[in-house]
Amino acid sequence: MKKTDRAVIWRSFRAAFPQTIPILAGFLFLGMAYGIYMNVNGFSFVYPTIMALVIFGGSLEFLAAQMLLAPFAPVQALLVSLMIQARHLFYGISMLDKFKGMGWKKFYLIYGMCDETFSVNYTANIPGDCDRGWFYLFVTALNQLYWVGGATIGGLLGELITFNTEGLDFVMTAMFIVIFLEQWLKEKHHFSAWAGMLSSIACLLIFGADNFMVPTMICILLILTIFRKPIEKKAGERN
Amino acid sequence: MSITEQIITIAMCTLGTMATRFLPFLVFRSDKPTPKYVQYLGKMLPGAIFAMLIVYCLRSVNVARFSWGLPELIAGAVTVALHLWKRQMLLSIAAGTVVYMVLVQAVFV
Repeated sequence: MKKTDRAVIWRSFRAAFPQTIPILAGFLFLGMAYGIYMNVNGFSFVYPTIMALVIFGGSLEFLAAQMLLAPFAPVQALLVSLMIQARHLFYGISMLDKFKGMGWKKFYLIYGMCDETFSVNYTANIPGDCDRGWFYLFVTALNQLYWVGGATIGGLLGELITFNTEGLDFVMTAMFIVIFLEQWLKEKHHFSAWAGMLSSIACLLIFGADNFMVPTMICILLILTIFRKPIEKKAGERN
Repeated sequence: MSITEQIITIAMCTLGTMATRFLPFLVFRSDKPTPKYVQYLGKMLPGAIFAMLIVYCLRSVNVARFSWGLPELIAGAVTVALHLWKRQMLLSIAAGTVVYMVLVQAVFV
C-alpha cells in the first residue's frame, strides 16, 4: 500500500469531521443515556465504557444490561445478539467493494461499522483530494469516540444530569431521513427504497416492534431476488 | 452473576455483533471477484436499508394512542421539506430535532 502524506490525511479528517456532527450530538446523548441506565442499575462506569467499546452496537448494549441482571445464559445471549444485529450483514454486502484494498484499516472499518457509520460512509461524497481509506477511518473512529465518551460520562455522572433532553434522540431519526433522501435523489429508480419501506412497515405491523427486523430483511432479499431481471434491465436502459 | 459469567455474557454479545459485521467479508474474499448476484445486492440494498432504519427508529410510535405519531410526522416533514429546499444536511437534521423537542416538551404534553 502506498504511503499517504500528512496533508492528505489532514484533508481527509477535515472532510470527515463535519459529516459526523449529527452523530456527535446523537451519540453523546444516547451514550450518556446508556451510561446513566447502567449506573441506575448498579453498574460501575467501567461497564458502560467497556461494553460501548467492545460491543459497539447501541440497542444491543441496553439489552446486554438486562442480560447481566438476569441468570447466566450465554447461548441465549449469542442468539439474541445475532438476531438484533443481523442487519449488519447487509452493510457488509454493500461495502464489499468499497473496502477492497483498505489494507490494515479494513479490520477496524468492519469492526466499527454501526448503523450510523455505515450510513455516512456509504453515502458520503468524498472530495477528490482526500484519501478514501482515511476518510472512512476517521468517520468510524470519531463515531466510536462519541459513543464511548457519552457512555463513560453517563456512567460517571449517573443521575446528576437533570436538564430536559426529552426528544433529543430524534436527531438519529432525522439523520436517517436525510440520508434516505440523499440516496433517493441520487438513484435512478426507487424500487429498492419502496421494497425496504413497504417490507419494514408490513413486517412491523405483523411481527411487532421487537421482532420485525429479521422478517423484514428476508422480505427485502426475496423481493430483490425475484425482481432482479426487470430491475437490472430497467437500470441498464437508463444508463 | 459472577465476574467471569459477566465477561462471558459481554463476550457473547460482542461475538454476535462482530459475526454479523465480518461474515460478508469472510465469505466473499477480496482477492476473488465478488459474484454478480452479490454485487447486485450490494448496489440495491442501501436504498432499502435506509428506509428500514427510519422505520426501525420509529418502531415504538403508536398512531392509535396520544400523541398519535404527530410529533414524529411533523418533525419528519420539516426535515424533508428543509432538506429538499436547502440541501444542507446539518441544518435539516438540527431543525427537525429542535421542532421535535419543542413538540414533545411543550405542545404534546
